[in-house]
Amino acid sequence: MAEDAAHGAADAAHAAADAAHSAGPGMPQLDFTTFPNQIFWLLVTLVAIYFILSRVALPRIASVLAERQGTLTNDLAAAEDLKRKAQEAEEAYNKALADARAEAQKIAEETRAGIQAQLNEAIAQADAEISAKAAESEGRIAEIQAGAIRSVEEVARDIAGDIVSAVAPGQTVDADVLAAAVAARVKG
Amino acid sequence: MKRGNGVATESTNTQGKSGSGRMVFFVLIGIAAVLFVLGLMDEYTQDGPNIHPMDQFIVSPLFGDGPVRWYTPTNVTLWMGLAIAAIAALMVMGTRGRAVIPSRSQSMAELAYGFVRKMVEDVAGKDALPFFPYIFTLFLFILFANFLGLIPMSFTTTSHIAVTAILAAGVFLTVTLVGFIKNGAGFLSLFWVSSAPLPLRPILAIIEVISYFVRPVSHSIRLAGNLMAGHAVLKVFAGFAGAMGLAGIAPILGVVAIYGLEVLVSAIQAYVFTILTCVYLKDALHPHH
Repeated sequence: MAEDAAHGAADAAHAAADAAHSAGPGMPQLDFTTFPNQIFWLLVTLVAIYFILSRVALPRIASVLAERQGTLTNDLAAAEDLKRKAQEAEEAYNKALADARAEAQKIAEETRAGIQAQLNEAIAQADAEISAKAAESEGRIAEIQAGAIRSVEEVARDIAGDIVSAVAPGQTVDADVLAAAVAARVKG
Repeated sequence: MKRGNGVATESTNTQGKSGSGRMVFFVLIGIAAVLFVLGLMDEYTQDGPNIHPMDQFIVSPLFGDGPVRWYTPTNVTLWMGLAIAAIAALMVMGTRGRAVIPSRSQSMAELAYGFVRKMVEDVAGKDALPFFPYIFTLFLFILFANFLGLIPMSFTTTSHIAVTAILAAGVFLTVTLVGFIKNGAGFLSLFWVSSAPLPLRPILAIIEVISYFVRPVSHSIRLAGNLMAGHAVLKVFAGFAGAMGLAGIAPILGVVAIYGLEVLVSAIQAYVFTILTCVYLKDALHPHH
């Protein structure tokens, strides 16, 4: 009885589904005759995808990602190391630069001191020469001056004798007296 | 203690509402369009427009014209097989270089992997990671079935309630079994909202139980409904374009716009199905908070 009823219901459902199918714009989604087919193939598909993913794809991607993470970590560590080295090199360079500067300054200072010493020496020498020459010149000037004064006295004496003879002809003047008088006048 | 759970349930409910609301909207548009077309057909009985927006969903045998038995190779078989092939192409062929600096396809495969893995970890927690292959399977199947369905003349396997119901039932059974195996009877505290006032708790428990059992329904109908409605609307607009001659440019523009929307829906529905699976799994693994 129950079986018959179930059969009847199933037949009715089939008939309804067929009617819906042939009637055009029904809902194929509610066509229950295709459900076993869809469910079966869906399960096959899901199992297939699951095995493809869990057996091949996921382990592979996980290993690739882990490897990349490792590479990144290594590279970052290496970069850190290189950065430290670069800093050290820069410090060494700066130190070398400062040393070289100090050295250069020292050399420049030494050179300047040397040059200054030479210069002082040369100046002193030149000064000595100049003063020697000046003394010599002064001597000669004094000599010339004395000579000139002597000449002046001589000339004055001669002229005075001439003037006396011209003013008082025939009268002779003693040379010594004349010389004394001229000398007194020239000095005065 | 119960607050997190309450929020999660609430969010799933709102998502369900908005999803089914849009589905109802699309279905109404679809029905209106069908009625409109039927009216047109009444007027032009000779050679009026002959639009069958639901014909694209008919399951038919690939070979011959016999009845559809459970083992018959049908268009379902074909398009699910293509989904498997596409997934294998991306996830296996695409990653065969195993390069530290990835190629484009390997990058996409890694992107999908990282996206779903992070989702599982963030939403359901670290102890949900053993379920990651299962969730990733669901995500990829739905994503690829949705996008393959967007190829003109194709068959959208995820637009069938039979398919999405099995997917959702699988999630429901898994989550329920995991909940009881991991927590024993403690899993029932999921329904006992201990942060609520005591007199309210029995009422809330009833509501929580109902909402728990409604989950697989909304979970499956959301996906199938979104896709079915979108594809039906596409077909209706395309039918108009065929029937309207030169003026058919307007429905063609409509088809283009709706197609863009369907691309979004394809990705979003795969995402929504997956993240809800994660949320349910979180409830099963941590029913106490």
